[in-house]
Amino acid sequence: MSAAARPALGPLPDRSVLSVGDEVAEATFLLDRDKLVRYAGASGDFNPIHYRDDVARSVGLPGVLAHGMLTMGLAVQPVVDWLGGDAARVVDYQVRFTRPVLVDAELGAVVQVTAVVGALDDDGARIDLTVRSGGETVLGKAQVRVALPA
Amino acid sequence: MAVNPGIEGKRYPPAPPYAVGREKVREFARAVFATSPIHHDVEAARAAGYADLVAPPTFPIVVGAALETLIEDPEAGIDFGRVVHGDQRFVLARPIVAGDELTARLTVTAVRVVGGNAMVTAESALTDADGEHVATSISSLVVRGDS
Repeated sequence: MSAAARPALGPLPDRSVLSVGDEVAEATFLLDRDKLVRYAGASGDFNPIHYRDDVARSVGLPGVLAHGMLTMGLAVQPVVDWLGGDAARVVDYQVRFTRPVLVDAELGAVVQVTAVVGALDDDGARIDLTVRSGGETVLGKAQVRVALPA
Repeated sequence: MAVNPGIEGKRYPPAPPYAVGREKVREFARAVFATSPIHHDVEAARAAGYADLVAPPTFPIVVGAALETLIEDPEAGIDFGRVVHGDQRFVLARPIVAGDELTARLTVTAVRVVGGNAMVTAESALTDADGEHVATSISSLVVRGDS
């Protein structure tokens, strides 16, 4: 297979047709304990509250929680997909960790992400994320600035 | 006191350089469900105009090591078991790519005491081998007080 035969990235969104309030992406992710262990290894964050129920309970938590940074990391992916996969167009990304994502040993946790245009300007757009798990918002003030050609 | 308020304004020495490797970019991308080919396929990344595999937007958290630096600083007096990540922001001046050698330098920008808890805000500025700014990771940590 020739690399040149396959476009590396999908098309960018056309900014001229975007309006504030448009929903541009949504996705659902299943987090199980395996995913938490994988993130621990990839990130180097080995805090045991992310893989041991006994340790989590000993510090007053109901059970193992997802790394906030895992939730933040996956929540931007629907936006990257909308950008045709060009992750480098994300120039600023912020969240507030408002509620922990409790990851049941058997059932895991479902994280739902919705991305809406929050603002448009000459340089691109601000995309606002709604991120929920177990019926609760888990990330607040989740904003992604993306660079888009005029 | 959960945090020594005297660390506000403290600037730590630069961390040892972090070499961004392809396999770490791929491993981190898999861990955050990042499926774009520019994280996994060198040819795809180059075809898209990047020098090598592009790291996902939250990758600076791996390099910045803000929490580790603060925990290991005896002057800060922070108990790891009491820390909760409050807010996080990444300002990305250019994409991080495999082959970059990044140096992180942490500054404590604010210490606020709210109720019995303390909020520590720290900025980790990443520069490349040429000394150019690549990204800044801004973390706010909540340190729970004695209850």
